[in-house]
Amino acid sequence: MEYLLCIYTDPEAEPQMGTAEGDEHMAEYFAFTNEVSEAGVMRGGNALHPASAGSTLAVRGGKAEIVDGPFAETKEQLGGYYLLDCADLDEALKWASKIPGARFGRIEVRPVVVFD
Amino acid sequence: MVRQEWGRVLAALFHRLGQLELAEDALQDAFVAALSTWPQQGVPANSCGWLLRTAERKAIDILRRGQVFRNRRQQLAVLAELDSIPDTDCQAEPVEFPDDRLKLIFTCCHPALTQPVSVALTLKTVCGLNTPQIARAFLVPESTMAQRIVRAKRKISLAGIPYQIPPPELWPERMQAVLAVIYFIFNEGYSALEGPAHARIDLCEEAIHLGRLVAQLAPNEAEASGLLALMLLHHSRRESRVGPAQEIVPLNTQDRQQWDRDCIEEGLGCIGRSRALSERPGSYTLQAMLSAIHATAPSFGETDWNAMLAVYDQILAQSANPVVLVNRAVAVSYASGPQQGLEALQRLEIEPCIANYQPYHAARADMLARQGQVEAAARAYRRAIELSHNEAEQAFLNKKLCELPGEPAP
Repeated sequence: MEYLLCIYTDPEAEPQMGTAEGDEHMAEYFAFTNEVSEAGVMRGGNALHPASAGSTLAVRGGKAEIVDGPFAETKEQLGGYYLLDCADLDEALKWASKIPGARFGRIEVRPVVVFD
Repeated sequence: MVRQEWGRVLAALFHRLGQLELAEDALQDAFVAALSTWPQQGVPANSCGWLLRTAERKAIDILRRGQVFRNRRQQLAVLAELDSIPDTDCQAEPVEFPDDRLKLIFTCCHPALTQPVSVALTLKTVCGLNTPQIARAFLVPESTMAQRIVRAKRKISLAGIPYQIPPPELWPERMQAVLAVIYFIFNEGYSALEGPAHARIDLCEEAIHLGRLVAQLAPNEAEASGLLALMLLHHSRRESRVGPAQEIVPLNTQDRQQWDRDCIEEGLGCIGRSRALSERPGSYTLQAMLSAIHATAPSFGETDWNAMLAVYDQILAQSANPVVLVNRAVAVSYASGPQQGLEALQRLEIEPCIANYQPYHAARADMLARQGQVEAAARAYRRAIELSHNEAEQAFLNKKLCELPGEPAP
């Protein structure tokens, strides 16, 4: 089964890039990515620019409405994701617990729909 | 009969079919078949095996009728596997199958499900209760409960919650979740004083049944025995702890002749097993040890309060919380006197939540009354009544208040 592991964190609560902690945090992400790749479960994954760099679109009455960002009420925002192929939820949860961002924010684990 | 075999057969079916909803529907159909054939032909010697075989055939029917699995390939795979089972006469052939109920319990109590959902699902699948019974037991509309159960089964299937005994690294956490669900069911039954008792299934009995099952299927789990002991020891007082008008009867005035000796014996045995398995008793075992001290005291006056204090200190060493501290202060008040009990309570005043904690005020009121400080006791009782949300509890506290010298009768 494929699971999308969505990493929700508060960018301000995470170690900042350019600091020693930030470098270590990035190194941990690289190590995690290596681990899932070597385990053969990695199907994809990316880090995302902050929500302030995002745009949101909805089509209403045939017209595209575009707004800046998503500006959610919570400080936590989607910061990246991994797409992993796991035997079951327990395996997906085990990987989720190893994502460095899990210690600062939360990981949403969503099963991917299979159409056939 | 149905209730006893349901969980066992369902667990085996779930293992074979890989889908809980399908397993339940097929088993339901098998029970309907049993109802129409058993009265004439007699109950087969191996009724579980008969049900399992029949349910497997019913599953084939269901699968051929429509799409059960989202994934068509999976559906065909299950169908092919079921078709390969030889169509033997299940009356004649004894069917042996392993007891998979522990897997079923772990799946139903998976932390990815919320506790009320786990509770409902466990009662439905493992205990074989039907949705209306569970809805009545939890005082929610039947449609709400039905929805809750359907959603839970979907979640198990869609999220890929595994049907397995958790590996060692997950075992402690998952076992805690299982025990918490069972204890939740027990407490729900224990606190259900209101309403006509016969209209509702006895959740305490169901929880004890589950507790026995887990203790038997996971014999090395000390806390499973500890929880079973705790429930049995509480349950042993079911006849004496509620009066004829559904009023609370406290431990010191309960008729100990009414305590269920078999329950107590079984509970004490479970404590022994738990302690043999683990040098450091866990939280359920420790609470059971407290209950056991009451259960073995010939009268309230002969309670071994020092033994009680020793257990409280073990509990506090694991987690110091105001609830335990209040109870410990009560034990102090009987071991050394109300003055010492009040001093123990006074040390709690710095806790932020204590001002609104009903048992603190009730305990204080009782100690003040025993010391003869009638006015202060009355004030504390009034505060406790104000904070109580439970009618039976309010009635009990009111009665204690009215018994104070100088208080007007109600």
